[in-house]
Order: sequence, then C-alpha cells, then structure tokens
Amino acid sequence: MTKPLTGAQIMCEALIREGVEVMFGIPGGAIMPFYYAMWDYRDRLRHVLCRHEQGAGHAAEGYARATGRIGVCIGTSGPGATNLVTPIADAMMDSTPLLAITGQVGSHVLGKDAFQETDITGITMPITKHNYLVKNVDELAYVFKEAIYIATTGRPGPVLIDITKDAMQKTTVPNWDIKLNLPGYKPTYQGNRRQIREAIKLLISAKKPLIIAGHGIIMSGAHRELQEFAERLRIPVVTTLHGIGSIPENHPLCIGMPGMHGWVHVNRAIQECDVLFNIGGRFDDRVTGKASTFAPHARIIHVDIDPSEIGKNVRVDVPIVGDARLVLQALLEDLPPPSELAELHTHASDWMEHIREMQDKHQGKQQYKNRAAMANMALPPHDVYEALSRTLNARGNYRVVTDVGQHQMWAAQLIDWNHGPRTHITSGGAGTMGFAVPAALGVAIACPNETVWAIVGDGGFQMTNQEMATIVQEGLKNVKVAVINNGYLGMVRQWQELFENKRYSGTPLSGPDFAKLAEAYGWKGITVERSEDVQDAIDEAHATDGPVLIDFRVEREVNVFPMVPQNKSIGEMILSETQA
Amino acid sequence: MKKHTIVALLQDRPGVLSRVIGLIRRRGYNIESLAVGHSETPGVSRITIVVESEDVEQVVKQLYRLIEVLKVSDVTDDPTVEREMTMIKLHAPPAARHEIISMCSVFGARIVDVGSNTMIIEMTGTPAKVENFIEVVRPYGIKEMMRTGRIAMVRGARGHNAGEYVEPATNGVAVPALN
Ligand SMILES: Cc1ncc(C[n+]2csc(CCOP(=O)(O)OP(=O)(O)O)c2C)c(N)n1
Ligand SMILES: [Mg+2]
Repeated sequence: MTKPLTGAQIMCEALIREGVEVMFGIPGGAIMPFYYAMWDYRDRLRHVLCRHEQGAGHAAEGYARATGRIGVCIGTSGPGATNLVTPIADAMMDSTPLLAITGQVGSHVLGKDAFQETDITGITMPITKHNYLVKNVDELAYVFKEAIYIATTGRPGPVLIDITKDAMQKTTVPNWDIKLNLPGYKPTYQGNRRQIREAIKLLISAKKPLIIAGHGIIMSGAHRELQEFAERLRIPVVTTLHGIGSIPENHPLCIGMPGMHGWVHVNRAIQECDVLFNIGGRFDDRVTGKASTFAPHARIIHVDIDPSEIGKNVRVDVPIVGDARLVLQALLEDLPPPSELAELHTHASDWMEHIREMQDKHQGKQQYKNRAAMANMALPPHDVYEALSRTLNARGNYRVVTDVGQHQMWAAQLIDWNHGPRTHITSGGAGTMGFAVPAALGVAIACPNETVWAIVGDGGFQMTNQEMATIVQEGLKNVKVAVINNGYLGMVRQWQELFENKRYSGTPLSGPDFAKLAEAYGWKGITVERSEDVQDAIDEAHATDGPVLIDFRVEREVNVFPMVPQNKSIGEMILSETQA
Repeated sequence: MKKHTIVALLQDRPGVLSRVIGLIRRRGYNIESLAVGHSETPGVSRITIVVESEDVEQVVKQLYRLIEVLKVSDVTDDPTVEREMTMIKLHAPPAARHEIISMCSVFGARIVDVGSNTMIIEMTGTPAKVENFIEVVRPYGIKEMMRTGRIAMVRGARGHNAGEYVEPATNGVAVPALN
C-alpha cells in the first residue's frame, strides 16, 4: 500500500490491523477528522455513540473484561478527554486493557490555552500504563501498534493516545513494517523454575495449605490449570472479588471470598493456614485487612506478572514473577507423582473438613438474612439475589456486571458463581460508582448471545444511567438492569450506622420512578416491592426481547455481613449490628 | 528517613523525566537532588536522584513499571564516585581577594569570573567537599549560588552501561524521538 493516507485514516487502518472491531466515543472539534475518516470504515469499525465519555470509557472496559481484548474509547479534547479520566483510572486499578484516543488542539496552538485544550497526557500520566502525545502524522502507525501492544501485554492496563488535530489531517504514506522499539518493556511470563520447585516443596510439606485465586487467573485464562492444580494437591481455593469465576463455587475445593465482606470461614482459614499460595491477586487492603496481622502463620508464595506487586503489601517467602497460566503449567509439570502426595492429601482433607465445619457454624449463604431483624421485611435484598442466583444458574449463558456498594458485595456473596471466568465483572480496585450500566453496554456488545445483567444501586445508577439510550440506539436487547433501590448511598450509610452513631450525613437518597424512567428510554420497566414478586419479575425480564429494568425497592436499612471493620485484622469479623 | 542515591537509565522520549518524578512525588518523598543528561549511548538518558525514602526498594520496582525505564538501581551502599558542582558568586572586594584565591586553591576550586566587587567560583567535588567549601566561603558573603544535582557512577566493572539495552532502530520512522 503506497497510497498516501490522512493521519485519521491511518488511525482507522491501524486499529483494524490490531483486530479492533468496536469503539465507544463521542465526537467534538479536535477529534472530528477521525470521525470523518471513520465513516469510510464503518462496516469494519463499529462506532458506538455514548451519552457521556465516562460511559464510553466504562463500556470499553466492559468489552475488554468480557473478552480479554482491548477496549477502545474516544473523546475530543478538553472536557471530552477529562470525562475519560475516571474510566482510565478504573482500568489502571483493575488492570484492564483500554485504549483511550483523544483529539488535541492543533500543534501550532499547543500550550497556548487554545479552545478546549487540556494537558490530558499530563493529567493521565499517573493513571495510565503509558501515554502519548502525537503531533506528527508519521508517528501514528507506530504509536498505535506500540500502544495496543503495551495495553494488552504483561500486566494489562490503560494507554492513552492524544493526537493533535493537524496530525490527523495531514497525509503520509504509512509504513506498516513496524518493529517495536521497547528496550525498557520486557514483561516476564515464565516463572523462575527454581522458585517454582521451591513453591512445590513448600506446598507439599504443608499441613494447612490454601490457594488465593485473583484477577490474574481470569486475565491469563488460567482457570483450567488452577482447577487441575488444586485438585491434584487437594488444596482449598479462595477466590477474591476479581478472582470470582476462577473455579466454580460449587466445586468441592472452592471455599469462597476473603476479605472485608468475605466469609468468616475463609478469613479464618487464611489466618490459620501454614502455606498461602496467592496466584494473580495483589493482596489489596480489602483482602488483607490490617496487613501486619494477615496470615500470621503462613509462608507465602506469591505469583504476579508485575514484580512491583510482590512484597508490596505483605511479606513473601517465595516470589514468582510470571504469567499465572504459564506458572501453573510449570507447577503442574513439576509436581511429583500422586504416590508422593499421599501425606499432603491426608493433611489437606483434614484441613478441608475443618474449614467446612467452620463454614457450617458461621455461614450458610443466606444466614445473614435469617436474623430476627429481617423477619418482617417486605423485600429483603437477599431475596432478590437468591432468585437471581437460582435463575441464572438454571439458565446459564449470562454475564453479570455490578456497580459499587452494598448491592455489589451482596452479589459477590449471594450469587453462586458457577459459570466460569469473566461472568462476574465489577469495579474493584477503584470502586467506581456508575460503572455497571455503561460496562453492561460494552459487555452486551461483546456477548450478543448472552444475557447481561447489571446489578446496580440507586446511587450509582443515577450517575450513568443515560447509557440506557445508547443501549436502545444500538438495538441491544440482551441487557437487563436490576436496581437494588434502598433509598440510600447504602454502603456509606452502613458505616455511619455501625461506626458513626447513625449520623446519616449525606446518604439518604431520592430518585425518579426508575421503571418510568426506563419506559421513557424505551425499555420495559418493572417495579417490585414484595418478595413474592421477585421471581416473576426476573422471569419477565428474561422473557422480554428487549432491555428491561427492574426497580427492586428493597428494605432500606439492611447491612452487609459479615464485615471486617477498617484497619482490623480479618480474624475479627463482625456478624451483626450488635457486634459493631 | 534514609537518603538514597538512585541511578537510572531512561529511553530518551518526551515526558519520561516527568513520569519518573511523578512516581516519586506520588509517594510524598522529597527529591533532594536530581541530575539528568546524556549517557554514553545515543537515545539513552541517565539520571541520578537523591531521595529521602523509607521504602526505596518499592520505588525502584515501580520505576521499572515505566515503559521507558531501562535500568534502575539504588547505589547508596555500593562503592561509587559521586560528584556535585557548584557555582558561587561571592562578595569579593579587592582587599579580600587574596585570601579567597588561596582558599580556592586549597579546595581545587576555580575562579571563572572577576567583577569589581564579585567573583564567580566554580567548584566540583564530593557532596561533602562541596558542602564544606560553601561553609568556608560563606563568611565573605554569598550573593548567588547554584548547585547541580549529584551524579554518581559505580566503581569497577559493574555499573550502568546503556548500550546493552538499545537495539538500533530498524523502523526508519521517528522511533526513539516521538515528537
Ligand atoms: C464515584 C464514586 N463516588 C463515591 C463513592 C463512595 N461510595 C462507595 S459505595 C457508595 C454508596 C453507593 O450507593 P448505591 O449506589 O445506592 O449502592 P448501595 O450501597 O446502596 O447498594 C458510595 C457513595 C464511590 N465509590 N464512587
Ligand atoms: Mg442505594
């Protein structure tokens, strides 16, 4: 191809060459040349017009989390670019491969406070894996390739390319014969073999071994290897919020979620275990509680692709830098034959029995509903989750996106996650309210033959619900939204109730009639106020060939339990209001 | 907090210094001195940072996350040669000059400008020696002073050769200099 192309055409061609099929964005002055060029590529590059750039960013994240492929979002200069900041930060915290493309003012006025000029590369420097300001059309082909390579390899993350308007308008003959020049970027994928053998030695000598499966398992596609490894050694597996789906929860070795709203038996198991094998989790403070008290008896093996995560929050005895899947494969290769594992198996089954006993004592999934205080509620939130879990598991073929707050923790706790990786998608590290509805839009585009549920609080829903219009415009019939409507910024209210003497400062929340709002957008809207009506509403949502919103008006002041109070050891969980 | 001397090799691209500094700033650590310049290899910059930090190992690891960072090390406890340079504009009326000149020769400092009542003195040495010199001339009246950041190099065969990190760019288009 020796024809000269405009910079904007090169951008389209570069994206197509990298396998991009969908982009989410909003046009504006500085990015107009890209939209001009895009028109000619519209059969190969689908553009989804969002209602807010934050929505575009989260939709791209949803797409990326559902597929593992790069998500692409677009904004114009100035406010278009700054509206992308939140999803970029979210993608950074949750290691999501995201490409943000922003238009910039012309290079001749750069730095002169031109109309809609913002230093977006400066703003996003600490929240991107890398970013670029491109002023020269000749660099575009190279930069796009490098940017997508960086975003999708190693520990994935967001990359932003800011392109001056003139660089998009000028023409050049692109050179597609690109050799990346990244001497400072060489991710380590293969774990060190000696450390791997060290890890096996530790695990085999353990009496109370435990695996923590984190986001790395999902991202590297290591769920099969994880399950095989756990089965061969018979080690119980804990799944973090982002590790949900690493191993089905109905697998006999899966014991559930750890941390602030994890289960008592899981946190106790961590506190008791003698070898803790964390694969692809980063020992976030929501998992560890007070880090100095975390897993006091354990020797810790930590596998992470990012060397800077190892030893960051907790001490580590055997560090292994590498890709979760490749490391697990190496571990499997080096495992001794079953005959040499007999002793471990004996210990492991005693240990598992002990954990299940703790579980029986402290937690049936719905135990926290069966408290006297909840007996007379017309609609305890737990009933919604019970029905959703039952229905989703019976139907299969679903994805669930959750927002941030109480409803998110209930979803993680109360739904039985038995259907594999990437079925549970949430904003974990950043805890970005407003994530769920736009992310569900992206997931729905990525998974057109699956039902995509967004579970969202009334607070977060009111941050980004305008993407309901985008969902209609794109003809997406597979999106269903469950608003867990408690009339509060519930998670904050819970802290106020438990630790601040019920000073409900800034947490009571009103809203429009969400079902009517949905109808106004062309959705079906259903309101549910009583437990008896939950199942029918969910069934109706599934039976409807189009987007449906259910406004679950749940009991207002219900708390998420169990809970580890901030800065406490995960061994000190509270199970009810009276213990706070 | 302990002072650490960090040496890093960086791919010479726009914004790279800002990324490095931003990463240290994020931790709230104070940068005491910073020197940036070319290394022996074209396209590779070399920096020396002196930083007060409780957790320099983590800073080093996080610096490696930056795409353009080729090599970083904390050389605080390594055998190194460290130098700083200072230029001092000193109050130097004719009557004081003789004394100042002999002071300079003791320290190996050079007088690079002489005005009617001032002298500019250039002095290079270990950070301690520079410090010492400044204290010695202070009583004459320092009108202006500028110190450079510290530069450091590990003695012997070990060190920070940049050549091994950089392959010659074959792409033709503006590869290393992205602006
Ligand atoms: C953008 C943003 N602002 C504020 C917060 C702090 N915050 C965390 S949870 C929460 C309450 C969420 O309320 P709602 O969406 O109604 O969910 P609920 O907890 O009631 O289920 C708030 C305000 C946040 N996480 N994100
Ligand atoms: Mg709420």
